[in-house]
Amino acid sequence: MKKIEEIILPEELRYSADHEWVRPEGDLARVGITDYAQDQLGDIVYVELPPVGAHIAQGAVFATVESVKSVSECYMPFSGEVAAMNGPLADDPVLLNQSPYGDGWMILVKPDDPASFLQLLTAEGYRDRLKGGE
Amino acid sequence: MSDTLGTSGLILNEPLLWERGKKGRRGFSMPVGDVPRNPLPPELTGDGPDFPDLGEIEVVRHYTRLSTWNFGVDTGLYPLGSCTMKYNPKINEKLAGLRGFAGAHPLLPSELSQGALQLMFELERFLAEITGLDAVTLQPAAGAQGELTGMLIVHAFHRSQGKQRTKILIPDTAHGTNPASATLCGYAPVPVPSGPEGVILPETVAALMDDETAGIMITNPNTLGLFEANIREIARVVHDRGGLVYGDGANMNAVLGIVRPGEIGVDILHLNLHKTFSTPHGGGGPGAGPVAVRKDLARFLPVPRVVERNGAYELSEDFPESVGRVLAFHGHFGILLRAYAYILSMGPDGLKQVSRLAVLNANYVRERLKDVLNPAFDRPCMHECVFSDQNQQESGITTLEMAKRLIDYGYHPPTIYFPLVVHGAIMIEPTETETKEDLDGFIEAFRSVVREAGENPDALREAPVRCKVKRLDETAAARNPCLTG
Amino acid sequence: MRYLPHTDADIAAMLGAVGLGKLDDLFEAIPEDCRFGQWLNLPEAMSEWDLERQVGHMAGRMAVSPEYALFLGAGSYDHYIPATVSSLLGRSEFVTSYTPYQPEMLQGTLQGIYEYQTLTARLLGMEVATASHYDGATALAEALLMAIRITKRKKAALSRAIHPHYRQVVRTYFAPTGYELLEIPCLETGLTDLARLEGYQDLAAVALQSPNFFGCIENVQAAADGAHASGALLVSCFTEALAFGLLKSPGSQGADIVAGEGQSLGIPRSFGGPALGMLASRKQYMRNLPGRLVGQTKDRDGRRGFVLTLATREQHIRREKATSNICSNNSLCALAAAMTMASLGGTGIRELAALNHDKAEYLKNALRDAGCAIRFSGPTFNEFVVGFPGFDTRYRRLLDRKIVAGLPLGAYYPELADHGLICVTETCSREEMDRLVREVMA
Repeated sequence: MKKIEEIILPEELRYSADHEWVRPEGDLARVGITDYAQDQLGDIVYVELPPVGAHIAQGAVFATVESVKSVSECYMPFSGEVAAMNGPLADDPVLLNQSPYGDGWMILVKPDDPASFLQLLTAEGYRDRLKGGE
Repeated sequence: MSDTLGTSGLILNEPLLWERGKKGRRGFSMPVGDVPRNPLPPELTGDGPDFPDLGEIEVVRHYTRLSTWNFGVDTGLYPLGSCTMKYNPKINEKLAGLRGFAGAHPLLPSELSQGALQLMFELERFLAEITGLDAVTLQPAAGAQGELTGMLIVHAFHRSQGKQRTKILIPDTAHGTNPASATLCGYAPVPVPSGPEGVILPETVAALMDDETAGIMITNPNTLGLFEANIREIARVVHDRGGLVYGDGANMNAVLGIVRPGEIGVDILHLNLHKTFSTPHGGGGPGAGPVAVRKDLARFLPVPRVVERNGAYELSEDFPESVGRVLAFHGHFGILLRAYAYILSMGPDGLKQVSRLAVLNANYVRERLKDVLNPAFDRPCMHECVFSDQNQQESGITTLEMAKRLIDYGYHPPTIYFPLVVHGAIMIEPTETETKEDLDGFIEAFRSVVREAGENPDALREAPVRCKVKRLDETAAARNPCLTG
Repeated sequence: MRYLPHTDADIAAMLGAVGLGKLDDLFEAIPEDCRFGQWLNLPEAMSEWDLERQVGHMAGRMAVSPEYALFLGAGSYDHYIPATVSSLLGRSEFVTSYTPYQPEMLQGTLQGIYEYQTLTARLLGMEVATASHYDGATALAEALLMAIRITKRKKAALSRAIHPHYRQVVRTYFAPTGYELLEIPCLETGLTDLARLEGYQDLAAVALQSPNFFGCIENVQAAADGAHASGALLVSCFTEALAFGLLKSPGSQGADIVAGEGQSLGIPRSFGGPALGMLASRKQYMRNLPGRLVGQTKDRDGRRGFVLTLATREQHIRREKATSNICSNNSLCALAAAMTMASLGGTGIRELAALNHDKAEYLKNALRDAGCAIRFSGPTFNEFVVGFPGFDTRYRRLLDRKIVAGLPLGAYYPELADHGLICVTETCSREEMDRLVREVMA
């Protein structure tokens, strides 16, 4: 597994303490799991995503990610309605390991309140949390 | 690696069944057709399943070869924690094959099945005596089903009290079947953290116990190999608020004749006959999970129950408050029979000696490995000892890699990554049927593996190299499941 | 005692290594008030020879063939078990091994169970089968819970012609859940009244058994159509696996999940257990299946191998969110069934199933000609319901003559008092059947 210094954390993204990232894209926001999360999970074998149209509250489970021997739940960093989900992840869960910020994105969301992003961590803040917490 | 127990040898490859055979070959002696042919209408009949046709020798070679790829207790040491992989006596197999039992139909009138009913009646009494409880059902087919039955009894009890409860307390060291069984009965599991000494503290339970909590599920000794010393106080806390104490008896091998769960506050207990009572594991089953209860809970036990009437035995369904049937028939009789024979073979002194030697063996292994592996707790264990992977963190070697390398030395690895509260857990349960020489061999092998972790870690990363296959790709198997050929 | 190899010297050396004086010191961590200070009131240890005598005597107090002529099925069947199967199943590498959590050293069991899954799927006409469950009844209960998970509906309808014990087990499993169970009545023909399906709403599943408890062959396709019309799944169950050597498979008739009993395939009756729960489904429902699954994969050198897979469904990982609480399966019984299916082969299983049917028809006709009422006129496999006045009395008289003339049905179906369920398999000879007819009419 990677050392904390080796974890990739793009500067322009925002991060939640539960290891999700958020990228604002106009009215919408794209969500996925961080490089730290995919590294910790190991080889991902299956991803279960919510249906388009589902409204999920902040803190609620929006997806599960399975490795061979574990199941992890992903928590919504902010409340919103699912505008799109990454269909190819169903056939190719390895995308989540290979490109967690690119082709491994999970959902595209219409947030209830765009200002809620400001509560999320910066890349540096998230890396500090990893160093301190885990 | 000269002179190790594990060695290489010639075994043969063997294809899948449908990669063999030729149409028209026969492996079954077809009985003579002594009645007229009487075909069914064609709209009801099919073409029959697409099975290969194999000759008898093909079937025999196929399965003989497959068996050579397996490692059983009869092959070598199998120190799986909480599984109690003890020796499976062969006389028990012989008795299970007796025609009068093997050929018996479960729905025979009682007067024609007295032998089996007597055996079940007596086995119930033996298990009640061993557990210190009053009434027993032999119906549950496995430990997990015993747990479900226990939860159903808890549910029925609270219904009879007029108020259904919604939660159940489950220690963080519990086997996964505990919360799964509780959920099947509609209970929300509430985790109970273990204290710093590895046992549950009464104040932790008291803080969580309320009138919505149906009870607690507790394993004693627990999966850390430690006796839950506060059990009586914990039981009192739960009972005072109207809850029940369910005991997971998977680890009974540590306390036979030494502790009786019914005397220390347990109301309902399941046993694993394929663990404590020597019935074989069969590659994953069948097992049996009888449940023992306190007298006032007997009315909820599954039906039918074996009763004695006028000197003869019968099956009775006349228990209106029973939770019902959990199996089509009376239980895994073939397994019950083996456990019955085991108890009669050991006798009361023998059973107590089983536990004393099981605990001795585990402590001996713990003592001889505690300088190379990191013990989870700095105190003697019961029938199993638990280590963490802390000593190996520096080298980056994982518990999994050590386990795989042990295979090359000729030993089945211990249980790994359970219980969850210990990082990289290694749980070793040798059982009482292992000789000191075999334990010494296992200890030496583990010490060699730890040494190799420092000197030649690739040996662990490549392991196992002596089995029929090398490390298998479980990721691919889960990403693209191929479950049928 | 021969299973406890420690000598006094061993014990002394080991106690020395641990720093204790006597064995009792090992239990110091157990508080005084938890200790059982007495002796277990159990019989004294028996020698192997005395044990064999005692248990042998008990086995002698059981009615089995050939001393008794048993025409009894109802979920537990008398079929020939080849000597090869008994011999191969006795190999201790199969018997004394554990669940294949370390797959490299258990490829025998893993390939054996993969083969069992495949043959089971082919037998039932389904795409995927599990590594086995406890019995047909619990497999049915799991199938219904599975349908509820898949459809997210809360009701299931079960045919009254499903084995009464199976329905009892389903009720037990459902009791604490809040899910609703409806009963689909039967017609005078002995078949399920499928017309009722139109009246049910919001069902997760419709379940029926074929051949049903009365031995009658149901119209599984019609049941599937009826279920699917309202968005429900069809769960088809069975107690006699051999039937599919002759009958159309449930999978070929639209079943979504199939659950039943595999004891007929090389597993002794053994007073009801251990048995073999078979469960199979369409591939799309794979991740909702309860129980173990073996999958094919490759090792590091590219060799074919087998592993337990999709374990994230199971209790040891998902814990309270698992698809089931099941841990042990009936692995050795599944292996026995695979060995038997392998020994029979495609050709053999067709012949054996046909033989069962032909023999049952022979007895049915002979009883009818002798004046007994064959209750249901429709096609049956190897069981059928026969009636005559004073059935119970005649049944008892036949017991005295060492004939078990089926299962009296009055206790299970009040309208079938004075009727019994007769079963005929390949183990019943023509002479025995002729004798039954004579004795019944005497």
